[in-house]
Amino acid sequence: MSFKITVASGKGGTGKTTVATNLYWSLVKNFDNDTLLVDCDVEEPDDLLFFKNAILRSEVKVTQAVPEINTSKCTYCRKCVEYCEYNAITVIPPVQYASIAPDLCHSCGACLYACQDDALIEKDHEIGLMSGYDVGFGKGLLEGRLKIGSAAQTPVIRRVKKEALDAASVILFDAPPGTSCSVVTSVLDADFVIMVTEPTPFGLHDLKIAVELIREMDLPFGVVINKAGLGDRAVYDYLEDEGIDILEEIPFNEEYARKFSEGMILSRIDKNYAIHYQKIIRKILEFKQQ
Amino acid sequence: MIRELTVLSGKGGTGKTSITAALGSFAKNAIFTDCDVDAADLHLLFNPDILETHAFEGGTKAEIDPDACIGCGICQDACRFDAIKRTDHGWFEIDSLHCEGCRLCERLCPESAIFSIRSMNNQWFVSDTRFGPLVHARMGPGEENSGKLVTTVREKAREIARSKNYNIIINDGPPGIGCPVIASLAGIHKILLVAESSESGYHDLLRIIELISKYDVDIFGIINKFDVNAGISERIVSILQSNNIKITGKIPFDKKFVEAMVQGKTISEYAPGSAIVKVIRNTWEMISS
Repeated sequence: MSFKITVASGKGGTGKTTVATNLYWSLVKNFDNDTLLVDCDVEEPDDLLFFKNAILRSEVKVTQAVPEINTSKCTYCRKCVEYCEYNAITVIPPVQYASIAPDLCHSCGACLYACQDDALIEKDHEIGLMSGYDVGFGKGLLEGRLKIGSAAQTPVIRRVKKEALDAASVILFDAPPGTSCSVVTSVLDADFVIMVTEPTPFGLHDLKIAVELIREMDLPFGVVINKAGLGDRAVYDYLEDEGIDILEEIPFNEEYARKFSEGMILSRIDKNYAIHYQKIIRKILEFKQQ
Repeated sequence: MIRELTVLSGKGGTGKTSITAALGSFAKNAIFTDCDVDAADLHLLFNPDILETHAFEGGTKAEIDPDACIGCGICQDACRFDAIKRTDHGWFEIDSLHCEGCRLCERLCPESAIFSIRSMNNQWFVSDTRFGPLVHARMGPGEENSGKLVTTVREKAREIARSKNYNIIINDGPPGIGCPVIASLAGIHKILLVAESSESGYHDLLRIIELISKYDVDIFGIINKFDVNAGISERIVSILQSNNIKITGKIPFDKKFVEAMVQGKTISEYAPGSAIVKVIRNTWEMISS
């Protein structure tokens, strides 16, 4: 069984990708070479930008089965419309019009059960790309990338997670920001969740919602305070009141910000910075051994 | 005619909300929405007086009545989301985190042992603020239908704009390019992109530009934190120019944004005479002309 760690955050731009890529390097270097990084932020997959020597190993189209209506068989009974919970099907009997909107379809298969006329056939509809990369160390990067214009984030994430299943002894997932269904899918079966926040009012507000979600899912978690020194103490007060572990504080530093902006894994280069990640790993291992 | 502006960024944390809020000082006769429904922050700067609270119907989740289930397994075979698990007693139960609420199991169950519960864990609000009305939402954690909630918020804003003669709606958009972003683009006239000078910011900007290129709208771009990486800023300028996106200005990295946020103020209120606020005023003048 793999040990699965997911990096999440309520607010975007708190440093989730920075933490995920630096932690990946530190895990490979200090803990287990058999570590895989999985980018589940399929709308904006940015982990790859941090690996300048990445080599593409595999590329697979991610598809979703979307039914099409064969109008020569359709009797316009509208039973499929009634069965579809996502308003994806339009059937207008007087003008003999019947069609399914791929962007609204969840591929649940309900319409196939509804149709008595054998008028529905599922066809693969492209919603994204799944790519595997060698990055020069560790097990590499597996990336999900949503096709631009598609609204099917969750199926792409599900596909990538299926591929990652038991693929390495440690699997590190980089989740999308927010707290909606795509975050749930990314976080779902994690053994430990790292929540990245920043000590600002926006960071705190979005952290609270994310904590509510992770608690509802009953998953163990800890918080990394990134950009420490900016903002105010309200995040610290909240974490103390709630009895939430601070895994580590990473100070805000303009030099760091510039290096990250270029897509550098700083813990590879700067010993002082690398120590933050060693501490995070130590805390997670303490948890794992409990 | 009512015009609609949506502020987007692709990448999260580029300063979308801080800049949207700062436009509030210059926009006259405007109404605002927060379309980032699962991490809504605009209200932290607008300090709204909530006038109306509405429940929003979320998705449904299936449940199985354990007394009625005979353990036939028809539901499990049909479910494409792996949301139905066999219990130790041989009956079945729903794993609600996997359930997408398609109700197929409910329709197929021969014992009518499955029923659906609709989540009412989302709310939306109509508020009064010092900059004008604000329509915003609070989505329950882990909820689906964020696109529909965005549409609901925007429809309400349009209704208010029509009935009270507001001439512009300013939508603070969600990050990313997925369903809530697509919902915040329908029927708008103008887009303001907030770019950030980092490799991630650049990469995500390319994706959002590709998404919005099929909409026939006026597109503006502002570069935030431009001095963090001057080289990437130059690349951002050329990509904006080559896509006919009008650049309204560049803003340096400045802790004043965070200081203003801590005080619950917009940057226009916190540092009215600053160079940053001049850029924001210019942005508004370009967008509104």
